[in-house]
Amino acid sequence: MNPLAHLGQFVVARADGAGFVCELLLRTARYLPRLRRRFRFFLDTAFNAGVRSLPVTMVVAAFAGAILAMQTGIELRRFGDTAVLGTITALSMCREMGPFITGVILAATVGSSIAAELGTMQVSDEIAALEVMSIDPVDYLVLPRVVALALMCPIMTVLSNLIGIYGGSVIAEHNLGVTGPLYWASAKEALTSSGMLLPKEVYVGLLKSFVFGIAIATVSCAAGLKASGGALGVGLAVQTAVRNSVLLIIVLGFIVTWFFYFLGG
Amino acid sequence: MIELHSVRKRLGSRQILDGMSLSVGKGMNFVLMGPSGSGKSVTLRHIIGILKPDEGSVLVDGQEVSTMDRVQLMTLRKRMGYLFQNGALINWLSVADNVALPLQEHARLPKSEVADRVQQVLRLVKLDHAAAQFPPSISGGMRLRAGLARALVTNPEYVLYDEPNAGLDPIISHQIHELIAQVRDDLGVTGLIVTHSRACATQCGDRIGILEHGKLAVQGTVDEMVHSDHPLARAFLGGGAD
Repeated sequence: MNPLAHLGQFVVARADGAGFVCELLLRTARYLPRLRRRFRFFLDTAFNAGVRSLPVTMVVAAFAGAILAMQTGIELRRFGDTAVLGTITALSMCREMGPFITGVILAATVGSSIAAELGTMQVSDEIAALEVMSIDPVDYLVLPRVVALALMCPIMTVLSNLIGIYGGSVIAEHNLGVTGPLYWASAKEALTSSGMLLPKEVYVGLLKSFVFGIAIATVSCAAGLKASGGALGVGLAVQTAVRNSVLLIIVLGFIVTWFFYFLGG
Repeated sequence: MIELHSVRKRLGSRQILDGMSLSVGKGMNFVLMGPSGSGKSVTLRHIIGILKPDEGSVLVDGQEVSTMDRVQLMTLRKRMGYLFQNGALINWLSVADNVALPLQEHARLPKSEVADRVQQVLRLVKLDHAAAQFPPSISGGMRLRAGLARALVTNPEYVLYDEPNAGLDPIISHQIHELIAQVRDDLGVTGLIVTHSRACATQCGDRIGILEHGKLAVQGTVDEMVHSDHPLARAFLGGGAD
């Protein structure tokens, strides 16, 4: 086959995949009023998402906060302005690092397990069994997972933010000569000085994590539902789910930041 | 009545069904045999509306399945049961919850009535003792019987059986065959059974059809087929078969 035909096939396959994800999202939204019937599965998924990814998220968030404080603090020290380290760490964690870290870890832990679970169900005919029982897999399987991650991702992000800011405080105190009270006062001021209850950075970060949660769950469900060909197909579905989730986290994160800080002013 | 008229279906580069025609009368068990990859399971999936034909028509009680929208398909599927090769049970639900699933989703019955009905079909398939167990902890034969109970719980008019004895030992297979015959005799359910097994075909079937190259090569009553000189009939139903 010539390279152009290959390229054409590649583009068509990607467009088909993207279309399927969009369709899945729209169908999930249509089933939202039925969430009450899926409440048990929703709670299970939310609980699993939290329990499975909380420890690793906290460890990564603590180190991310520490690295952020270290990198920023080294430069600030040159200008003798380390007093604002708490502000910079707090706002950076809330706006960017917290949602990003949480999203990536949820994609790696929960997204991969969703893709594996649904992929296994697909290749062992369990999805087909639901269809022949007139049960829409989107209603039964996708809806509780999407809603669970849409809610859990912001909750985990808040925890990541707090742990990250704490990680920054350790470096600030021990390596950069910023006292604990100064660091925390600076962080607290940054997070409370807005006219709103919390500064824009916090809301933008939470919106991002909400969007990430929906994206991870939808992309992972789509990868699982498209799985075929036994164990190999399930493995590919997991790979696709994690890869596409991380890609979307980066692209959507950029779009949200750009929208609120450059387009919206 | 289930009818297929000149159905053609290509999956990827392979022509799976190539002019498949079939007619299954009410209250009978029609057994579909044929070499692996000849399109037996694909035929079942056309009847239940999971696959749509490229050409030809698939009719259930005179209604064209291939042009049905989602709602019409859901209505049709409520009248049909489908037994998958491995039972296709949902792993995180107990046997009883698996069987209850179609009722919980569609029937809007009180919980006690659902539990009674589940118990009734589990007794029919001799699985009432395993109601609380989960699919990974039960044997293949039990999973199949649970799958059959789930297929029967809504009182379907038709049940499609996809290799109901694949991977089972002769004793368990025999129990499954008896169950399939019992479902036809006691409940009046029409069955379409895909199998490679001579024992299954002769014990459960009223008519047997053998597929080759995507269409029925030969069909007849069980007696006609067992004594047929057709090479495929001899290969699948002759003394050395099974």
